This record gives sequence, structure tokens and C-alpha cells, in this order.
Amino acid sequence: MNLEFLSQIPLLLTIVYCVAVVAFVFLFVLFSNWLERKISAHIQDRLGPMETGGWHGWSQAIADALKLLFKEDIIPAAADNKLFRLAPYLVFVGSLAGFAVLPFGAQLIGSDLNIGMYYVIAISSLVVIGILMAGWASNNKWALYGAMRAAAQMVSYEVPVALSLLVPVIMSGTMSMQEIVHNQEGYFWNWYVFRMFPFSFVAFIIYFWASLAEVNRNPFDLPEAESELVAGYFTEYSGMRFAIFFLAEYGNMFVVSAIAATVFLGGWQAPFPFLKFIPGAVWFIGKAMSLVFVQMWLRWTLPRLRVDQLMHVCWKIFLPFSFANLMLVGLWAVLWGK
Amino acid sequence: MKETKELNIPLGPDPEKLLKLDLSHNPFGERMTLQMGPQHPATHGVLRLELQTDGEIVTQITPYIGYLHRCFEKIAESVSYPQVIPYVDRMDYLSSMNMSLGYALNVEKLMGIQVNERIQTIRVLVCEMNRIASHCVAIATYGLDIGAWTPLLFLFQEREHILDLFEELCGGRLLFNYIRIGGLSHDIPPGWTDKVLQFCDYMIPKIPELNELLSFNKIFIERTANVGVMSSKLAIAYGITGPNLRATGVDYDMRRDEPYSGYQNYQFKPAIGRGEQGQPGDCWDRYIVRVREIEESLKIMKQAIARLPEGDVKEQMPKNFNKMPIGDSFVRTEAPRGELGIYLVSDGTKKPYRVKARSGAYCSISALPAFATGCLIADLVAIVASIDIVLGEVDR
Amino acid sequence: MTPQEICQRLTDAGLQVTFQETPPEPCLEITSESLQEAAQLLKSNADLAFDSLLCLSALERPEFLETVYHLFSFKHRHHITLKVRCPKDDAVIPTVSEIWPTANWHEREAYDLIGIRYDGHPDLRRILLSEDWEGHPLRKDYQPPAFYHGIPLTTQLLTPGDEGN
Repeated sequence: MNLEFLSQIPLLLTIVYCVAVVAFVFLFVLFSNWLERKISAHIQDRLGPMETGGWHGWSQAIADALKLLFKEDIIPAAADNKLFRLAPYLVFVGSLAGFAVLPFGAQLIGSDLNIGMYYVIAISSLVVIGILMAGWASNNKWALYGAMRAAAQMVSYEVPVALSLLVPVIMSGTMSMQEIVHNQEGYFWNWYVFRMFPFSFVAFIIYFWASLAEVNRNPFDLPEAESELVAGYFTEYSGMRFAIFFLAEYGNMFVVSAIAATVFLGGWQAPFPFLKFIPGAVWFIGKAMSLVFVQMWLRWTLPRLRVDQLMHVCWKIFLPFSFANLMLVGLWAVLWGK
Repeated sequence: MKETKELNIPLGPDPEKLLKLDLSHNPFGERMTLQMGPQHPATHGVLRLELQTDGEIVTQITPYIGYLHRCFEKIAESVSYPQVIPYVDRMDYLSSMNMSLGYALNVEKLMGIQVNERIQTIRVLVCEMNRIASHCVAIATYGLDIGAWTPLLFLFQEREHILDLFEELCGGRLLFNYIRIGGLSHDIPPGWTDKVLQFCDYMIPKIPELNELLSFNKIFIERTANVGVMSSKLAIAYGITGPNLRATGVDYDMRRDEPYSGYQNYQFKPAIGRGEQGQPGDCWDRYIVRVREIEESLKIMKQAIARLPEGDVKEQMPKNFNKMPIGDSFVRTEAPRGELGIYLVSDGTKKPYRVKARSGAYCSISALPAFATGCLIADLVAIVASIDIVLGEVDR
Repeated sequence: MTPQEICQRLTDAGLQVTFQETPPEPCLEITSESLQEAAQLLKSNADLAFDSLLCLSALERPEFLETVYHLFSFKHRHHITLKVRCPKDDAVIPTVSEIWPTANWHEREAYDLIGIRYDGHPDLRRILLSEDWEGHPLRKDYQPPAFYHGIPLTTQLLTPGDEGN
């Protein structure tokens, strides 16, 4: 089928891309939900879903989604009705908007903004507002605790995330996601994670850990710590509204992993030039998924930190290291060039 | 002078670095009352803790119990002596064997029955097995409350093996009704002891595995060491017994120091909290004492099987309770959650006149406001989990 | 130290204590007036050093109410049982919760279930039952209420003939 005509109609192209991205997010969430069940099961020496759909319970996530769709939608009587309804969408939009600048392939990008990196850092803060809104509107003390923890945590961890993302920006001299990927062309040692060793590598490690806190994954899952805060900011949510939070959380997992893959691991570039015949999107999603896998692996292995320890790690370890790292990278770039 | 209160928020393994927070005023507004429970995932049953919080800091704790009150003491007065055993089993439903042992020993003491060696040995064996099963749940749920999911599944799997053995022994998996007054409901089935020995050999290497996964995990230590420190003085004053007392450094174990049911014949070493990662009596010590008790229990189990004498487990069971001697007796046994003391008053009829159970968890939870005030909410979850309460035993 | 010696110590201090040879274990009977003083002595005296209150049980005898204290010393590893009586119509016994903090909750439980008031207790509320419960269930003449906040309480055991009703 000839799709050339689509490029003649920018609006239509945008709509098609949007639909494709939303479809991708839904598919990804269904898949990674199933994957997380299977990974956790195998880590815990059990099988996980085996019945639904036949082969290794492949349709368990679909069944779950259907269940959530049909569940009664309960809004507490004392909740702030409008904010309560709005909050999940805000969180979801915040996570979905990040997909706009993710370069899935050489041509496959929603919008190759020249300030793509800046946009990503900015838009990821939107999630905090939604979470705070959810916690406040629920009129539940546990939800409020969750929201306050989330706000403190996510705002704090923005800083090391941003500082460590600036390292590849210095190295490539651009904020455009596509150009950053283009600059990592060739063999895998051209990827930014392996260049300017060890500064870029340190930046990658800091980014990965701080991004775990950004998306509230274990060991930084304090906002939704179920043994402490029941379910954190979405304690009062049920049915589809809960499912939207769930979608946003998994969507966010993919976004932060995809950004790491883009700026540190060469994006859609193949590790060896002779593997270029494999489409870029495969490499890109593969790299992002392997980071998602590491996130899941950590979740099912580690206990959770405490609030003060979380802040301790952020302000006293990640922040000085990422600052020093940024300065040294800058120095390197000035003295020896990129 | 502003009143400063020393808060129990360690910022590292150094106990000198306790954070001093000024609690005399609150510039940001009023304190918040938070109801933790009765439906809360970390209260291990239906416990309600009314908290006064200042941000994340808990400034006051008031426990409310009784949600699981099943009138055990009232019911016990209206049924005959052997019929009490199923109710005793339901007190601490995670260690039913230990519960029924305490009651059976008490009635035997009143009646002057000295059971034979085989009964004693089998009782020790099943009680230690049940202690392992109970500690497995305690450790597993502790990990879960700290946020580690995986140990929960691992330890429930080990517990499952014990429950399978119990099922083969007496048909029950949670509540057994196996230890009877003056005997046991059945003798052990043929070949059962070999399976128990197999289980011991299987379980011993699992402990280092658990230590690698959870006990010496850096985050776990950070979360538990120096948190909820209970001094031995406080523990004794509040009647805290069992693993929680030993974690504070008091070397006292009923099984060794006041042996019952032939415990003097076994070689084992009660685990003591030494403050390896922080101070003696902190959450980590309470945790590790339970882990080490599993190892000791495995040793006792092996010794019990090795010395299992011949005998009839039913010959000494009294047929008739109509002529109970009049009197009262108090018997303590070492249950997994502290000493179980049963005070039994007999008036000569076939029904007990008064049964009072003093459970370890009841005393542990009563001390909670004394040593946990001033911690963070996340710490409180860790502390409640570390004192290992079963609300069935608290509320009875 | 044997119970006789402990009894001797207490009587030497001028307290009204009688030694009872009750099977299977002997106990000391103390009047409620001298309870607190005796408790203080038992805890603080270096030879006695009863630092632990193992159990505090209340029970109803046909003529009187009774509180039983089981004490234990971690230092000397010895036990003693104290018994204190009070009349049914004036069920007051001084508290020992200041001396042994563990008595705090046990006294609340005894108050809740038997109805003995512990004089001087800092927080004598019901503990196992709800705060608006009426009566003390472990009394022998206790009749459970038919309803609690509109909830029928089917505490009456059905005999085989009653099943149809």
C-alpha cells in the first residue's frame, strides 16, 4: 500500500502517528504487565499466569484490562469530584506526551524538536501535578501522604535526572533527539555510554537510578508503598480510573527507559553496522525493553527505602556526583573536544 | 528553653547520629490523626493504631485491640477440658501446636500426669516444626512490609513443606488439635520421620540463601538497624518474652532455663541479639533472632528424631474429667511469639472454672507506644512487623 | 528463694501476708491495702528482685473477686504467686501498673472482663470489648444482651430441640 500521500497532509500524519503511539502504549502496557507477572513469578520460583489464553497465560493482561473496564467506578462521597476525575488523565497525558519526541527510527518520530531533551525534562514534571491532584482530591489521608511523598520525591529526582541528561547534550552539542542518535552512529563503542569513559557511564548509572525514582519503581516506590500507605495516591481509585494510572505508570517506565536508550545506548542504531538491515524501531524498542526488564528485576529483588534515606540518596549522593560529572565532562569537552 | 525530644531516626549505622527534632511547636499547622487499621495491609490482622502524626513523624501511638476477640476465655468455661484444645489452637493460629502444648501441660500438671518419653519427644518435634513454620511467616511478612516481595514467596514455600508433613501427621494444615491432654491424637505414621529428616536437610541450606537475599541486604539493614530500639529493661518491664526479649540481649529461653516436655535433653543455643548492625534490640536483631531460631529448631528436630523412644501415645490420656483435682496452676511455655502462660483454675467439675491465657504478642503490642513513639510512619510499619504479632493471640 | 522465705520477708516488713499451701503450687494471699507496698518491696529488694510480672489474672470466686499475680525474677530465676481478694460489691484493688508496666493492659483486660476497678490505673478503659459494652462477661452471672446496636447476638447455644425455631 502506498502511504506516500500521507506525508502530503501533515495533520493527517500527526493524527495517524498519535493513534499509533496510543495503540503502542496500550500494547506495551498489556505486554509488560504480562511480562512483569512472568518475571516476578520466575524470580519467586513459581509459574505465574498459565491458564488464560493458553500459552503461558498470554491473555491474562487482556482479561485484567476487561475486568477493570467492567468494574464499578467508585468516587468517594467526600472527594473533590472534578479534580478526582481529572487527575488520572493528567498523569496519563504527562506520560503519553513524552512519546512525542521518542525517536523510534530514522523517520519514525512524532516531532523532532530542536529542544527535544528540554521538552522531555519539562513534560515529565506534569505527572507530579496529576499525582498531587489525585492525592488531594481523594480526601484520604493515606492518599495525601502518597501524593506528598510523590511530589517531594519526583521534584528532587528531577535534578539528578536533568543533570545527567545534560552530559550527552554536551557531548553531542544538541538537544534534538534525532541528532543525538545520529551522533552515535557506527559500532556500539560509539554509543555515548562508552564514550568519555567513565563520565558518561556514571551519568548513565545515575540517570537510570534516578529515573526509577521518577517513575516510582522499587526500591523508590514510596508514593505507592502498599505496606505503608495502603496504595498511596491511588488508594481511592478503582476500575478504569485506576487502570489509567496503571497505564501511565507503565508508559512512564517505557519513556524513561527509551530516553536512556536514545541518549546513552545509541537509540535506533544497530550495535554493528552490518546489522543495519534490521529496522531501527526493533533496536530501539529492544534496548528500551531490556532496561524495562532491569527495572522489573530490581523491583522483585530489593526492599524499599525510607523517606529520609531516599532524600539522602538524592541530595547527598546523586546530586554531587552528577554535578561533578557534568563539570568534568564540560572540562573534557573544552580541553579535548567532543 | 524549647523542649527537644530525641527522635529515633538514625541516618546511618552510627547510633550517635540520632536526629534531634524540635517537637514543642509545629509551624506548619496542626497534628494529623491517622487511623492505621483496622483495615491496613501492615497491621498483621485487625489491629488499629491511632497515630498522631507531624508530617511523617509519629508523635503518639494508641493501639486499639479487640477486633478479633472470640471470647476464648468465656467459651473455655462452658466446655469440658479436652474440648478447650481446639479453641486454644485458634489463639495463635500460626503456631497451634505450641498453643495446645501449653494448655495440655497445664491440665497435666493439675492432674499430676507425667507423660511418657515418646509423647514428650513427639511433642517437641512437632512444636519445633511449627515454630519454624511460624517464624517463616514472621520473616516473610517482615520482608513484605519492608517492600521485599520475593522472600515472602520463598518462605511460604518452605512453610508449605512443613504443612504437608503436618497434614500427613494429623490431617490439619493450620489448626491441628493433635496434642491432647496426656497424649497425642495419633502416633506418627510410618516413614514420617524420614520425611522430616529430609526436610531438615533441605531447609538447612535455605537459611544462608535467605540471608543473602534479605538479611544482609544493604537496604534492608538500613531500614531495620537502629530502628525501634527496645532496651532489655523496657522489655522486661513490659513483660516482653521470647524472641523479642532475646533480641534485646537477655539470654533467657524457657526451653533451656525452665525446661518442660523434656527440652533439657536437647543441645541447642538460644539466639541472642547482639546489635550486629546497630544497637541490641533493634528491628534487625529481632529479625535475625528469628532466623537463627529456625536453625536451632532444625537441630532440635534432628535430635528429637534420633532419640525417639518407643511407647504408646494414648495410654496416659485420662478418660474421665469428672474428678479433676481442685486447684489452680500457671504454666509457661516458649511459643514462637513469646511465652504463652496459661492460668487454669479447676473447681473439681469437668469444665474449667477459669482459663486465662497470657500471650507474648499481647505484651509486645502493649509496649509499642513506649518504644516506637517518635519514629517515621515507614519505621512504625517495620517495628510492628518486627515484634511479630498475631492478633488472634492478642485478642483471643 | 522459696515461697516460704518470700512470705517471711514480706511479713517482716509489716505486711499482711498469709502463706497458702494450695496444690500444685503454693501462693501468698495479700490484703488489697498492703498490695502496693508489697509489690514495691518485691520489685526493689535486691534479694527478691521480681522484675517481671508474668501474668495478671482476675477471676470470680463464689463469694469474692480475686486477682492473681504471677511474678518472676530474671535475676534469681524464682517465681511467686500473689492473690488479692476484693468483695463483689466494692471491687477495687490498687493498681500495680506503675511498678510493672505490663500490668497496664492486663488490668484493663481484667476490668473489661471481670469488672475489678484498679485504683490509680492511668487509663482504665475497656480493651477487648467495645467501649459502650455493658456488663463484664466473665462474671458467672453475666447475661449477654440480646442486641448490640441492633445486631442480634446469638450467643444462646441451640439444643437439638430448638433447631426448628
